[in-house]
Amino acid sequence: MEKISLNDVEILLVEDNDDDAKLTTLALEKNKLNKNLVRLKDGEEALDFIFASGKFEETRSISFPPKLILLDIRMPKVNGIEVLQKIKCAPLTKAIPVIILTSSKEDPDIQRCYNLGANSYVVKPIEYDKFNTTINDIAYYWLKVNQPPSLENLYL
Amino acid sequence: MEMASEIILVEDNLSDADLITRALAKSNVANKILHLKDGQEALDYLFSEGKWKGVKTSNLTKLILLDLKMPKISGLEVLKKIKSNEETKKIPVVVLTSSKEDPDIQECYKLGVNSYVVKPLGFDEFSKTVSQLGMYWMLLNQHPK
Repeated sequence: MEKISLNDVEILLVEDNDDDAKLTTLALEKNKLNKNLVRLKDGEEALDFIFASGKFEETRSISFPPKLILLDIRMPKVNGIEVLQKIKCAPLTKAIPVIILTSSKEDPDIQRCYNLGANSYVVKPIEYDKFNTTINDIAYYWLKVNQPPSLENLYL
Repeated sequence: MEMASEIILVEDNLSDADLITRALAKSNVANKILHLKDGQEALDYLFSEGKWKGVKTSNLTKLILLDLKMPKISGLEVLKKIKSNEETKKIPVVVLTSSKEDPDIQECYKLGVNSYVVKPLGFDEFSKTVSQLGMYWMLLNQHPK
């Protein structure tokens, strides 16, 4: 795979489960929506990536946010709720669409995510085919139907 | 008394409202859609005021489709009120507007809009976009109870 610039990422997938991450990537690949995708394994990596700190300090700039963040909730080190909270509290990052993609159907999780400003909350389907179509529908909606704010004016 | 409308469409343009309602019906997600004609009606409905006094409404709403440029109270004002109230902030709001102007887009995201969709110009494109939007928010997205 061609190496992409870390300032040119369309989809940031934050998922600790290797199987789910692989399924998600493969599903997107089929419809060529995986072009600029980066997968990270926990919340700490995600925060470093988004805020261009830690191990991403040299290779990333906060002024080039991903177009879409797919965020799992239960992850080691820093969980998805905390990542969501940090993204939505910072003026420089709060406009990035964050879609919670999780196996949790529990209403307290759902309520909490919306209250913290999640753009959307999708439960991972268990069945393989359904999982595939769901991932593609999510990517299609957020990359083709939704209108994101333009980068140039994001920080005025 | 309770109102069981799942989708609230706030749109002052009647032909757009008609097109949106039909497109949602076609994709089988529009069984309970309520059309309100301006920002004032939307706020009255969501906060149980005016003619909706005493009617419990907002906890049944799964999606609000909100136009921006409307008489009386603008969509931005409505969005601001929805997203700054603890009870209503969790309801998904999709702004559906003809404005492609970046200041509007920026402002909506800053106020906490869930999604921003520009109305396509052609009839077919518009219908297609609305059905995609309807299917995403009513079938894929998990809303709070």
